[in-house]
Amino acid sequence: MIATIVADATTSYTARSIDFNVSALVDNFWQLTIDGLSYGSIYALVAVGYTLVYGVLRLINFAHSEIFMLGMFGQYVGLQLLGFAPSGNTYNEGMLATVVFLGLAMMFAMATSGAAAVGLERVAYRPLRKRGAKPLIFLITAIGMAFVIQEFIHFVLPRFVDLGGTNAEQPIKLVDPKVEFTVFGAPVTNVTLIIIGSAVVLALATEVLINRTKLGRGIRAVAQDPNTATLMGVSRERIIMLTFLIGGVLAGAAATLYTLKIPSGIIYSGGFILGIKAFSAAVLGGIGNLRGALLGGLILGVAENYGQILFGTEWRDVVAFVLLVLVLMFRPTGILGESLARTRA
Amino acid sequence: MTLTNAPATPGRPRAGVGDAIRTWWDGLARPMQWLVGVPAIIALALLPVFPPPFVDTPFLSFGGVMAQFAMYALIAVGLNVVVGSAGLLDLGYVGFYAVGAYTVGLLTSPNSPWNQTDGGWLNPDWAWLACLPLAVAVTAVSGLILGTPTLRLRGDYLAIVTLGFGEIVRLLADNLTEVTNGSLGLSQIAYPHVGESESIPQGVFSAGNVDPPLNSGVWWYWLGMFLVIVVLLIVGNLERSRVGRAWVAIREDEDAAEIMGVPTFNFKLWAFMIGAAIGGMSGALYAGQVQFINPTGFNIINSMLFLCAVVIGGQGNKLGVIVGAFIIVYLPARLTGIEVGGQSLGDFKYLFFGLTLVILMIFRPQGLFPARQKLLTYGRQVYQAVRRPNPSPVASLAPPPADAPK
Repeated sequence: MIATIVADATTSYTARSIDFNVSALVDNFWQLTIDGLSYGSIYALVAVGYTLVYGVLRLINFAHSEIFMLGMFGQYVGLQLLGFAPSGNTYNEGMLATVVFLGLAMMFAMATSGAAAVGLERVAYRPLRKRGAKPLIFLITAIGMAFVIQEFIHFVLPRFVDLGGTNAEQPIKLVDPKVEFTVFGAPVTNVTLIIIGSAVVLALATEVLINRTKLGRGIRAVAQDPNTATLMGVSRERIIMLTFLIGGVLAGAAATLYTLKIPSGIIYSGGFILGIKAFSAAVLGGIGNLRGALLGGLILGVAENYGQILFGTEWRDVVAFVLLVLVLMFRPTGILGESLARTRA
Repeated sequence: MTLTNAPATPGRPRAGVGDAIRTWWDGLARPMQWLVGVPAIIALALLPVFPPPFVDTPFLSFGGVMAQFAMYALIAVGLNVVVGSAGLLDLGYVGFYAVGAYTVGLLTSPNSPWNQTDGGWLNPDWAWLACLPLAVAVTAVSGLILGTPTLRLRGDYLAIVTLGFGEIVRLLADNLTEVTNGSLGLSQIAYPHVGESESIPQGVFSAGNVDPPLNSGVWWYWLGMFLVIVVLLIVGNLERSRVGRAWVAIREDEDAAEIMGVPTFNFKLWAFMIGAAIGGMSGALYAGQVQFINPTGFNIINSMLFLCAVVIGGQGNKLGVIVGAFIIVYLPARLTGIEVGGQSLGDFKYLFFGLTLVILMIFRPQGLFPARQKLLTYGRQVYQAVRRPNPSPVASLAPPPADAPK
């Protein structure tokens, strides 16, 4: 697994205080880049969910991280329904079978996350919209929902089924990480290939959906001017629901890819930090901008990886937050800056 | 843009419990207010000494719970300045709490390289008291440092940046092991060495003082209450001054405030610094009471809990948020140890608080005890003028009062 390879490479550099280890960065440059890109693809997919909802509703969907977390559980349940049992061993199905099973698990995750996102919109945000609440109230509601979803998995769900609870789930390892080829001397594993490949396909599909289809035009129209869009015959409520659905589905896919990379990460609190990072990625690229979210995700993933080897692994999360603060201070509109509404309107 | 505290339906707002109390209180003469207020505070102070049977927490020291309540009340009042008065959503408030606690910890714990109590410039007996103003000052400066670059951001962005700050503070405390002792934390932090006697050799504030009814929790509760009252007086005066009016103006419409000549950035920075300083004071109190701090005590989820206290109590209402803090601290403590189907009810606190936030935001976004901003400052004077039996000419021009006398 790449993460362990990097961990091995970095253990000798971890120190008790802040390092500034340039030679390690230079030595491991390509490996860090590739690993960063695979993390970045996951951030990018989650960031799209933040950016779409922000574009349409001007709302930071704080509970999106929990949608992602639910996707991990969806994938887990899906794999169990397919006959995989959680154990320490890695399943070695044939290549085709693995791809099919992975696809099915991803479907489960997407269905869970998509349904959860739409449900979240229905239960929490729609009543607020009807009352014309202020943005701050939306944000506090979102925080409350994030709590509710987390604690539901933490304490309520394990009372009824053998799922959730305080500890992480036993991993189901579907793919055995093995090096397929090297790029500039850096190993590329099959896991990395699957993650980056799936992310590229999904990103392209979303891009086409938003920019080329009638539905996408509706989303962009509502993002630009909800009232005029309504006058032109676009159903605002339907568009909002579909926006949440798209974001949720992508979060579910990202959750599947994430569990592929970190199989032991399925825990009720597993979405929180990743969600903040994905949001940072969305802001980095320019929130409300689809391509910005994708670009921001990749940049954040790579930057974080460089940062952790420069300063030590324990500073990994700090790098992401500092990057977020810096971007907001110097270029609050993000790298690409333009909004969802203006792209090819 | 709708006003925060404006009722959902136009027309006269309905009078709630808070209004009834407020009207009654305002109707009392000044000596009567003293006659009612002082015994009420004394009764509140004596609550943990003579705990009523149902109110008592069966599995935890009631004094300790009340001490925690006092700290949370301090935090709620501080966060209320930032969120309630100035309308800046701060999700990283726990960061200031941590800065305050770590200031005391780093200066007085033997685990810290900066310990000043063994031969340094701090007398061990008075170290905590000396560190309290220091902690307040350091947190105010940290509020300034965080606020200067970030307060140009608005609303949502500010919320996320402060969230990042709160997390960075915790990660720093966790990772700078040479200074903060990392996740092992700092122990043996100084506390006020007062009332040392044969039976309590370490003084009444030490964690060793566990004998009811006057255990250390009660003493810390009293100290906390004293600080809360002092802070309430200061913040109350600020709110009734030009500063408070500027905060309300910024909260309601920042652009309009700027056009009206309010230097919005400066006042936002003031709100942020004052809020931070109060948070730091609470942190110092926490460090002294527990005498041990480690990074897990400053998780970001605490920020949400603090926000919960302010939102439940009613943003902008100082006394309301103290009730909110009481709910946040007392309910989980009361429910701890009461098991339903093998699960302690106290475990569900975040679930319940999350649900409460969502339900409150939908049905009562102004909180349980909403502030009536129009009654503030000049509005209050007009209001009182109108309430008099013989209305003055000015009063007859004013709009009808919110709740007319019966």
